[in-house]
Amino acid sequence: MALTREQIESIAALARLELTAEELPVYQDSLSRILEFVGALERADTASVTPMAHPLPGLSQRLRPDVVTEQDHHAEYQQNAPQVAAGLYLVPKVIE
Amino acid sequence: MSDWETVIGLEIHAQLATRSKIFSGSATAYGAPANSQANLVDLGYPGVLPVLNGAAVRMAVKLGLAINATIAPLSVFARKNYFYPDLPKGYQISQYELPIVAHGALDIVLDDGKVKRIGITRAHLEEDAGKSLHEGLPGVTGVDLNRAGTPLVEIVSEPDLRSAREAVAYMKKVHTLVRYLEICDGNMQEGSFRCDANVSVRHAGEHRFGTRAEIKNLNSFRFVERAINYEVARQIDVLEGGGKVVQETRLYDPDKGETRSMRSKEEANDYRYFPDPDLLPVAIDAALIESVRATLPELPDQKAARFVSQYALPGYDAQVLTASRELADYYEAVTRAAPADPKLAANWVMGELAAALNKESLEIGSSRMTAERLAGLLKRISDQTISGKLAKEVFEAMWSGGTEADAVITARGLRQITDSAAIERVIDEVMQKNPGQLAEYRAGKDKLFGFFVGQVMKATGGKANPAQLNELLKRKLGGSA
Amino acid sequence: MSELHHMGLAELAAGLRARRFSSFELTETFLKRIEASQGALNAFISVTREAALAQAAAADRALAAGTGGALEGVPVAHKDLFCTKGVRTTCGSRMLDKFVSPYDATVVAKLKSAGAVMLGKTNMDEFAMGSSNETSYYGPVRNPWDPRLVPGGSSGGSAAAVAARLVPGATATDTGGSIRQPAALCGITGLKPTYGRVSRYGMVAFASSLDQGGVLTASAADAALMLREMAGFDPNDSTSVEREVPDYVAELDAPLAGLRVGLLQEFFDKGLEPGNEQRIRAALKVFESLGARLSEVSLPNLPLSVPVYYVVAPAECSSNLARFDGVRYGHRCEKPRDLTDLYRRTRGEGFGAEVKRRIMTGTYVLSAGYYDAYYLKAQRVRQLISADFTRAFTGVDVLMGPTTPTPAFPIGAKTSDPITMYLNDIYTIGANLAGLPAVSIPCGFVSELPVGLQIVGPHFSEARLLAAAHAFQRATDWHRRIPAGYA
Repeated sequence: MALTREQIESIAALARLELTAEELPVYQDSLSRILEFVGALERADTASVTPMAHPLPGLSQRLRPDVVTEQDHHAEYQQNAPQVAAGLYLVPKVIE
Repeated sequence: MSDWETVIGLEIHAQLATRSKIFSGSATAYGAPANSQANLVDLGYPGVLPVLNGAAVRMAVKLGLAINATIAPLSVFARKNYFYPDLPKGYQISQYELPIVAHGALDIVLDDGKVKRIGITRAHLEEDAGKSLHEGLPGVTGVDLNRAGTPLVEIVSEPDLRSAREAVAYMKKVHTLVRYLEICDGNMQEGSFRCDANVSVRHAGEHRFGTRAEIKNLNSFRFVERAINYEVARQIDVLEGGGKVVQETRLYDPDKGETRSMRSKEEANDYRYFPDPDLLPVAIDAALIESVRATLPELPDQKAARFVSQYALPGYDAQVLTASRELADYYEAVTRAAPADPKLAANWVMGELAAALNKESLEIGSSRMTAERLAGLLKRISDQTISGKLAKEVFEAMWSGGTEADAVITARGLRQITDSAAIERVIDEVMQKNPGQLAEYRAGKDKLFGFFVGQVMKATGGKANPAQLNELLKRKLGGSA
Repeated sequence: MSELHHMGLAELAAGLRARRFSSFELTETFLKRIEASQGALNAFISVTREAALAQAAAADRALAAGTGGALEGVPVAHKDLFCTKGVRTTCGSRMLDKFVSPYDATVVAKLKSAGAVMLGKTNMDEFAMGSSNETSYYGPVRNPWDPRLVPGGSSGGSAAAVAARLVPGATATDTGGSIRQPAALCGITGLKPTYGRVSRYGMVAFASSLDQGGVLTASAADAALMLREMAGFDPNDSTSVEREVPDYVAELDAPLAGLRVGLLQEFFDKGLEPGNEQRIRAALKVFESLGARLSEVSLPNLPLSVPVYYVVAPAECSSNLARFDGVRYGHRCEKPRDLTDLYRRTRGEGFGAEVKRRIMTGTYVLSAGYYDAYYLKAQRVRQLISADFTRAFTGVDVLMGPTTPTPAFPIGAKTSDPITMYLNDIYTIGANLAGLPAVSIPCGFVSELPVGLQIVGPHFSEARLLAAAHAFQRATDWHRRIPAGYA
């Protein structure tokens, strides 16, 4: 399953990963090999088999009571942030 | 060339009125300082996990029951993957293939009074994103994640709407419904209720849909109507000019009154939906459904039908009065206190009261006049103490002064004159003072009747009982002295 | 009295209770060993010396007062994938190089309240992606048995630390074998619990439907003690199972006789090195002599487990790692020109090659047009594999076989082709796909390198796995061997 250069570029764009010109063919090669490898799945007969989303069958989501349990820790959390002003996380200007 | 048909589907996002967020225990209250209601789960910190708020599930079920939809016994949360600063995890937890509610419908009343059933394809639960702030920050955008994680129900209509007016009627109906159900406060200024409109056009009679454009984040009924009308005209222009409508997302600019193409979110929007492995399927059994059903209030359509039969009101009045539960409750409180004339009560609630509220931009809940006090005024109209016209003056005095009807009537001496002899005396005086007009009237100029009515009213300070005045004036002007 | 570092968790806990030595002394001993080994092994990313000694002092006070938890004063290390409050948590990545977590993972909090003393955060493959601990931003970890060789991954640091007796027990995580495979290559005991047995809250997510936190220790008895303190329902984790935690320690001595052991045909394939196979078969004979009854079983879909894994795990990780965007924490590129540039360069710089490879693979298999053929297909095959296991367990109590196809291999030997590296997990991945508990225990040596035996059980059979392993460890002494230079 050989991927083209365009495909790699479009995957990298979707995943927001910058690849250098040197890296691109390397990823193109390894991704193609991986896809070739996982292509073995085609062999399996899975007609009428349900996809397994969770390893333990028959469980359903627990519901939490509607209670406020949190307090304001934003000053502490924002110590980890690369750029903050007036309590806001900053990113380069977004034009909509 | 005007055989164009408009096809519209609306996606309404209603913020559910839970105390805490859908997947975390943070508060949902509006207006808090930036990022003061965003905990580690909301911020998408490494290692955090979502836990589902049961109240959000119950509210979605409540909505589903109110629109006669199917409630899925098992529904699944899915990740919608894309990058945006107000989306901390880089994905939104939503529902995709197995939503909690499907195949419902809502009836709307069109401008001509006809009822149209609008299909609702599905309604699903999802988390809201944060807010990006662009103003006042040179070169940067500021992100406030207080809103991130607030529960939303996304209500998707079938493309059954055929005009901007229908779209607005539908949106208003949904707005009324979610407030009746107390699952959403419907506050559009605060963003609790927003709408995306999918708009396309096609030649009448064609089966296939035209290419549609999506107009995002419309947060007023007026904007929805204008945006759709603009977009329809724009698409027709494009097509009639030989071009093709591009499938894209557009924003409505209320200042310019036009829609324009959105830039950033358009790039490569492959959302790569897959079931969220951090959440298990949501199981809803008959017991849960029945316990939610027991909390359903009388729904708007049911209440409107009851108003028509119980109060003998026309359909239009019933629709207006049941637009909100608070207004309907107010009206019923008025009729309980003044049961003699429900139509009169309807006229006053929809008329004077509504105007007074609008003037000060008040909701019915903040009315300066209680239902009981208004009823007091209405009783004085019904029992002929004052005329309808003077009642307006009394109303204004009651509204600003916070007083009872009787107090105002007495203080200003506004009691209606119902004493025939007294009215006759005034008529006589007026006839004496205006011999010319009297002669003209008797000579056949019927229009002058109104002049005499006006003069008697002026002389009595508006207090002459109109019905009696009419009868007596007819008799006296008619010729008998 | 034997040297402190020769004692396992359970022995140390008892010794501390009996006040034969203090936690301070113990902690100081291990800290010195860690510091002395860092150049040779590079097992730790952060050593929290001051905090550890303070915790030890507090533990000593509790022990003196006769209070405290089951692990009071016992030193442990945490894989750097677990969030530790106030302490750097890097996940082996440049992306989180300076990240100090504001909260403790549930596993960390539980061990803390059991009285354990944290010595530091261990090195690991970046974001848990790897089988050799060669993808860490902080350099590879070396195998204490032979520093030219890998310790296994992704929990290479925790495994090397326990094998070299730098710490008596360490937490670790296993998504495709990342506890069991390093345990095998380092000659120690490693247990991956049933999915949902141990909370994932605070354990930075790689592949959410496969990840599980577990333990690396020198013996099954130690693993039983540590797991008992770590396991249990957590309301913060929706996939955490509400089920009582048995006292694994009390159940260790359950008799082995009559244990029905299935030998997976698919595991004894041509990929298994002959030396490894010999050691495994010898170990199986020991089990027979202890009363186990061996039979052959086949899980016909099992050979597809590696392809399934390399669709599902990258898919989930591509989504889980989207949060690393330079906005709220972690690495940010210099002078981003615009939003897209911020994301692309931050992530391009912050992530290493293997992580990027898996993110891209995952993005591809989830994308429009490929989702059905890859992701859904893989999840269907996963269902088949899981059904194979369920069927097998109707006839046997546990499955046994090799943990890895080969012993430890040289650093750099398998980094050129990802598939070669991925095939290291061939025997371990199945248990992750089906959510089953599995343990690896040392069972011999090949060319002086450890060999691991894997035991897999049905959901929530940890007690039985540990008892079987314990019985083996009472009859043998492979688990007592310490690498030269660290004895």
